[in-house]
Amino acid sequence: MNDRTRVRLTVNGQPESVEVEPRALLADVLRDNLGLTGTHLACEHGVCGACTVLIDGEAARSCLVFAVQAEGSSVTTVEGLTPPDGLSPVQEAMRDCHGLQCGFCTPGIVVSMTAYLNDHPNPSDDDLREAMSGNLCRCTGYQGILAAARQAADRINAI
Amino acid sequence: MKPSQFQHHAPEQIGEVVGLLAQYGDDAKVLAGGQSLIPIMALRMATYPHLVDIARVPSLSAITASAGSVKVGAMVRQAHAERHAAVATVPLLAKAIPHIGHFQIRNRGTVGGSIAHADPASELPAVALALDARIEATGPGGVRHIDAADFFLSTWQTALDDGEILSAVEFPVWGAHSGFGVEEIARRKGDFALVGALAGVTLDGDRVTRACITMIGVGSTPVRCHDAEAALIAGGATTDLDEIGRIAAAPLTPTHDVHASAAYRKHVSPAIVRRALTAALKEARS
Repeated sequence: MNDRTRVRLTVNGQPESVEVEPRALLADVLRDNLGLTGTHLACEHGVCGACTVLIDGEAARSCLVFAVQAEGSSVTTVEGLTPPDGLSPVQEAMRDCHGLQCGFCTPGIVVSMTAYLNDHPNPSDDDLREAMSGNLCRCTGYQGILAAARQAADRINAI
Repeated sequence: MKPSQFQHHAPEQIGEVVGLLAQYGDDAKVLAGGQSLIPIMALRMATYPHLVDIARVPSLSAITASAGSVKVGAMVRQAHAERHAAVATVPLLAKAIPHIGHFQIRNRGTVGGSIAHADPASELPAVALALDARIEATGPGGVRHIDAADFFLSTWQTALDDGEILSAVEFPVWGAHSGFGVEEIARRKGDFALVGALAGVTLDGDRVTRACITMIGVGSTPVRCHDAEAALIAGGATTDLDEIGRIAAAPLTPTHDVHASAAYRKHVSPAIVRRALTAALKEARS
């Protein structure tokens, strides 16, 4: 029953091969097997968004994906969104606009915001509010996060 | 929490899927996008010794348009369906999908999985019921079709037999001069609807030649409002929509929970129906 399965996937551009129980969540494999602890786990049932990663470029909750389902996929975590030097436009906007306090939800916010802005280059403020509604933050009251989303959208457009 | 242990099966053909379901019976569960199943397993509301993952069965990820209907395979992801050109001919489906969860959920969640899961507050079972969709079930005896009206039995209960899988859903295409509306009340967008209404109309001038009204969050299944539909068809496009809303809400017996009382759900139902119909009529006239 607890036979392990080999899963091959690409994580932040690196080919990886891990042997995991079928019940292992992608989030746990990223954190425990691959040491990518930027992906945070809080609710573990798909409500809070802290564990959001990109799977083949699309944002998804990594607590709602078994690692075996990601076989052959390309996964990007918050570590993979960070340039070698400095910060991404979304990360910079989060810093500039005080989009974080304790930082626990921040990786999920950065991944969700990056994915949304990639697909929606000209969002309205209402669009951003809705796009960020799947990520919970218990510190900021969200206004800083929404301001960061606005700044990031405007800066990405200006480039 | 973490799901309990299970054996993962990843068949590549529908025949293998059916074979595995026959072999393991009640111990097996179909895994599509997992956006409802994995939370249930993580909360240990259910444990399954065997999961049959259908993501690698290519035929289940197809969207095919034919005369009068669009067939959506069970494994088609909601976000993919929303963007698909063929689904644009089923506007109620395209309009309902953005109401499901959040975009991160829709990237993984599937059309078939949501309908087979049969949550009475979810949108896609209501779309199927509103449009008189046909559910394609594949089992040991081959393929059969179940009308959506006969499919939803109770909360999380459907007419699928043991050993059957929902393999596709056929959504009828409505003709010209049709319009659709989806309206929900939720504390935050993306939360489960406290009450929702999905409506469709076809107009011939001010005559309503076809109407559907389905409500969610007000019973153990999505609820089709046949009396209200008949009243709208009899009265035409200039009927008092508040009255249609009252007719729709009259037989409802919603339950109360921590999110809203039964009385509140009943009280807002006519207004939600009116809003959905207003949007549908506006679109049909344009």
